[in-house]
Amino acid sequence: MANKTVLFDKHVEYGGKIVDFAGWEMPVNYGSQMDEHHQVRKDAGMFDVSHMVVVDLKGERVREFLKYLLANNVDKLQDSGKALYSCMLREDGGVIDDLIVYFMDESWFRMVVNAATRDKDLAWLQQHAADFGVEVIERPELAMIAVQGPNAREKALQALPVDVVEAAGALKRFYGCACGEWFVGRTGYTGEDGFEIMLPETEAAAFWDKLSAAGVKPAGLGARDTLRLEAGMNLYGTDMTEDTSPLISGLGWTIAWEPADRNFIGREALEKEKAEGVKFRLAGLVLEGRGVLRGHQKVITDAGEGEITSGTFSPSLGKSIALARIPKEASGKCQVEIRGKLVDAQIVKPVFVRDGQPV
Amino acid sequence: MSEIPAELKYTDSHEWIREDEGGIATIGITDHAQEQLGDLVFVELPEVGSTLSAGDACCVVESVKAASDVYSPLSGEVVEVNELLNDAPETINDSPYDDGWLFKIKMAAETELDDLLDAEAYEAEAED
Repeated sequence: MANKTVLFDKHVEYGGKIVDFAGWEMPVNYGSQMDEHHQVRKDAGMFDVSHMVVVDLKGERVREFLKYLLANNVDKLQDSGKALYSCMLREDGGVIDDLIVYFMDESWFRMVVNAATRDKDLAWLQQHAADFGVEVIERPELAMIAVQGPNAREKALQALPVDVVEAAGALKRFYGCACGEWFVGRTGYTGEDGFEIMLPETEAAAFWDKLSAAGVKPAGLGARDTLRLEAGMNLYGTDMTEDTSPLISGLGWTIAWEPADRNFIGREALEKEKAEGVKFRLAGLVLEGRGVLRGHQKVITDAGEGEITSGTFSPSLGKSIALARIPKEASGKCQVEIRGKLVDAQIVKPVFVRDGQPV
Repeated sequence: MSEIPAELKYTDSHEWIREDEGGIATIGITDHAQEQLGDLVFVELPEVGSTLSAGDACCVVESVKAASDVYSPLSGEVVEVNELLNDAPETINDSPYDDGWLFKIKMAAETELDDLLDAEAYEAEAED
C-alpha cells in the first residue's frame, strides 16, 4: 500500500519512471538520470520532495526544547528565517535522523525530517516536547518542491506567486521565509544554489507546470542521489544510522560543544566517545581503477579496514566516488574490494563538487 | 514500448542472441533491460578465450544506480568481446542490438539455441 504525493500524476505525465522509496511511489528518473544530473549542475532542475515531513514546533519554550533535543545549537539562530542543519540523537549517541530546522519566531520553529524515519521521529518529538509544553504539528497538507541549480532561483522567481517573489528573492543562503501558506527556503541537497519550496498541496500541480514553463526540468530521486553524493552530503540510513555516532559519520561539525553547560540528548555518550578516542571517520574515495564503488564494499587502507557507506558513478567527474567509513589515521591510497578484486582508490576530503565545480 | 527484433532469440534474464555464421553467436542485453537499468557507466566483459557454460554469470553491466549480472545463454568459448564498451558503456543504451553487443561465443552445443525464447515469447516475459 504505497503512498503517493500530490504530484504523482504530474510525474506520470512528465514521463517519470516510478519506483518505491520508503513506501512512497516516486520518480527515479524521467528518462535519463545522467541528463537530469547535468541539468541541475548546469541550469535548473526540480524535485518533488513532498514525501519529506514538515513539522511545526510551537510553544513559548520551543527554543529551550530544541537546545535539549538537537546536537547542534539553535542559539545559532537569532535572525528570523535562519536555518540550521542538525542531528537528532539517542542517549547513546546514535543518529535518529538528520534534519533542517528554521527559526521563525520565539514560539515557532519549523523542522523538515526524512520520510523514511517519519514515525520514529514524530514519536521521539512527541515524547520530549511534552516536558516543554511544545506542540508538535505535522503539516502533511504541504507539498514540497526543491528547485536546484545555478539558474534555479532566477527561474523559480518567475514561477512563484507575486506576493512571495520579493521575500524569496531577498533570501540569503540558508534562510527561509514564510508568506502565508507558502514557505521558501534557500536550501537544498545538491551542492547547488536554489530553493526548497513548501506550498499548499492544492496548488502544487499548477506550480510544477509553471516551473516547467519557466525552463526548470523535472529530476528524479536517482539524480538527487548522485548530486548529494558529489556534494558530500550524507544520506540517512546509509551514511549514518542509529548504530553510528555523528563523530564517525562526518558530522562532527554539526555538534555544538559550546557552551559546555548545554545539556542535549546524546551529549554524555559523545563526550565519552571523544575521550576514549574516535576510531573512524567518514572520508571520500575516488576510484582510480575501473568499476563502480557501491555501499558495503570493503576498503583496505594502510591503517586497517573500512567500508563504503554510499558509492556511485559521478556524472560530473566521469568517475566513481564514494563516502566510506575508514580508520581515522588512514590517508592517501587505498584499495576497494569489488566482486572479489582489489581496485585502487584515493582517499580524499568528502566533497567532490560544489556550485558546479570539481573540488 | 521497448524494441524486440523478430529475428533474434532471447532469454528470460533479458539477454538477446544472434546466430552468426560458422557456429558463432553474438550476445547482448535487450532494449527492455537497458531501459530498466538506466544510464550505463561500466561494463565488465568476459575474457576472450574463456569457456562458459549456459547460465554462467559472465559479464557485469553497471548503471548509475546498480550493478547487474549478465548470464551466458549458451555454452562455448568466448571468441570476441566488444572493446568499445570499455570506453563507451552508454553505447548499450543507444544501440542495444547493434553497436552495444557484449561478446561473441563459439557454440559448444548449437542445440542450446532451441531452448531460447523467440521474440513473441520474450515480449510476453518482458511485459511482466
